[in-house]
Amino acid sequence: MIRKLFGAAVFALIAAQPALAQDIKPALVYGTGGKFDKSFNEAGYNGAEKYKTDTGIAYRDFEPQNDTQGEQAIRKFASEGFNPVVALSFAWTDAVAKVSKEFPETKFVLVDSVVDAPNVRSVVFKEDEGSYLVGLLAGLKSETKKVGFVGGMDIPLIRKFGCGYVQGAKAGGATQFFQNMTGTTGAAWNDPVRGGELAKSQIDQGADVIYAAAGATGLGVLQTAVDNGKLGIGVDSNQNYLHPGKILTSMVKKVDVAVYNAYADAKAGQFTAGVQALGLKEGGVDWALDDNNGPLVTPEMKAAVEKAKADIIAGTVTVHDYMSDETCPVE
Amino acid sequence: MSAPFGQLPRWVDYGLLPFINLVVAFLVSGLVVLFIGASPLEAINYMVTGALGSGEGLGFTLYYATSFIFTGLSVAVAFHCGLFNIGGEGQVYVGGLGVALVALALDRIMPWYVTAPLAAAAGFAFGAAWALVPAWLQAKRGSHIVITTIMFNFIAASLMVYLLVNVMKQPGSMSPQTRLFESGALLPRLGFLFSPLGLDLGTAPLNVSFFLALASGFLVWVLVWRTRFGYEIRTIGANPTAAAYAGIRYGRTVVITMLISGGLAGLMALNVLLGDHGKLQIEFPSGAGFVGIAVALMGRSHPVGIVLAAILFGILYQGGAELAFWVPNITREMIVLIQGLVILFAGALEYMFRPALVRLFAPRGAAVLRPA
Repeated sequence: MIRKLFGAAVFALIAAQPALAQDIKPALVYGTGGKFDKSFNEAGYNGAEKYKTDTGIAYRDFEPQNDTQGEQAIRKFASEGFNPVVALSFAWTDAVAKVSKEFPETKFVLVDSVVDAPNVRSVVFKEDEGSYLVGLLAGLKSETKKVGFVGGMDIPLIRKFGCGYVQGAKAGGATQFFQNMTGTTGAAWNDPVRGGELAKSQIDQGADVIYAAAGATGLGVLQTAVDNGKLGIGVDSNQNYLHPGKILTSMVKKVDVAVYNAYADAKAGQFTAGVQALGLKEGGVDWALDDNNGPLVTPEMKAAVEKAKADIIAGTVTVHDYMSDETCPVE
Repeated sequence: MSAPFGQLPRWVDYGLLPFINLVVAFLVSGLVVLFIGASPLEAINYMVTGALGSGEGLGFTLYYATSFIFTGLSVAVAFHCGLFNIGGEGQVYVGGLGVALVALALDRIMPWYVTAPLAAAAGFAFGAAWALVPAWLQAKRGSHIVITTIMFNFIAASLMVYLLVNVMKQPGSMSPQTRLFESGALLPRLGFLFSPLGLDLGTAPLNVSFFLALASGFLVWVLVWRTRFGYEIRTIGANPTAAAYAGIRYGRTVVITMLISGGLAGLMALNVLLGDHGKLQIEFPSGAGFVGIAVALMGRSHPVGIVLAAILFGILYQGGAELAFWVPNITREMIVLIQGLVILFAGALEYMFRPALVRLFAPRGAAVLRPA
């Protein structure tokens, strides 16, 4: 009953909007990892929730169990008049390509992959740039000059994270890099125990800063690093607060902003199609510095990272993008 | 698969009992739905009409059912031989490799009716090959098939990730998948069969492999109950020692049974890859191999039961997706819970109500052994 009343209230609110702004019925389709993965999908969810709080416009979401359901849900949202429809994950590339043709009036947003269509906005992040910065900081901070990386699954996206990281770490003076992937099934994104084991093995080999790009698996990586008196680096969301004073920094990937902007732009009638490549310059990725990790970062380190950031934005330093030729100059 | 507590009329054993189990499972699910603040009646309505109420819903239901028939048959064949093949997931995955290789080679030069049989043969062969090593280890070394097949699931996942990321992926693409198949490797959908009935299948991916699934069910029935080899399979399943005494070769039967089992699982890839996705993508089996175990248990390892159980799971998948779509309160974890309750009541507790039914239906004294 309360829900119905609330729904009616939301409806009244939408109906009362000035005619200038578009009426939107936002929808969100997650990756098969699921809504509450403490990482990528959850960031998207947070963006949609924030939009709901700010504007009172409710959204609908769906968590597909398999690839068939993902396409089904995207099509269903479109056919039920939802607009814009946001699809999180590269797994929906072909689905968005197909459905966007069937519903040319509907606006689609695809995150982490590219579809070239007049009604699709493709949002990709330059994870390599953000990872370069946290890698640089890791290289500077490391006493053993050995740094670690724990990925989720061995897929191109995660290699892109790892490649940016080792380039940065090398620039920061690290001499040895350990890279491990957690697994080969979807469970790899949600296996903190295995993540912890991999972190432990890297620590035993001498690593003292470890970067996790592995969804909920990363929580185990960070925990193990902290338990062994080493430093962890968080990913996607700002995870510095998880272990205050023990997390060196986090590589922030603003999926929430991408979702929020998609809805806000559609609402304001300013939706644009095409590719949005969000790097340091656009504020799509960044390193996190707050009270939790402030004491770990000396002024010199901060200056070095900020300088690298400025150089990347200015174009004087380029980070090799793994996706450009599917190789990494630093192993 | 012996039935305890005396005889029941067949319609009770195969009709009423599963039905009661199902109703109880849905009642308990309804309580959970009520508990999270949604209406159980509304939920069941969304689920049933979502799965069966429209041509498109029905098409999706039968599409999922097609996959589950294949994996259910795969598990059932092994069951009859006393083997618990839980490697369906890996066999489907590797079967998909065979299907995709044929599709990629032929889709531009051949029509679908040439590609599909070859792809099916390759899917069967690859799935069977993936079951060969566990089968051989079971037959010759006594390594337990449960352990080896589940380990092979992980090896299959590793192999496929390697191949899809490093070998078969389109350069520059984020998504670990092959290129899209062209029309020469896409199976015709069955919309044209349903449109005279006034049903519009819409975009539902139900395709001709549905008939292959039904044909496989028939062939499995012939194999298990009407051939000499099927008799050997069932004898080993009932009593390996007696089978050996009767001159049945254990190793040979186990290996061949597992090859058939793995091959049937591999055939499932035809439905998913050529019938719907039109590409080979990481994680495409998404649990269908494991659902096959539940389907085989529920269907009492009989093809007719498996087809019915597969359709039930198709309803749960499609109806569950509709339910989660329309009732935001109900998450996909809830759907998994409902599926779990159905498996629990219809599979694990299938005989819970049997004693009561025996008291109701069995003729007096029928359960008592008469002296010879």
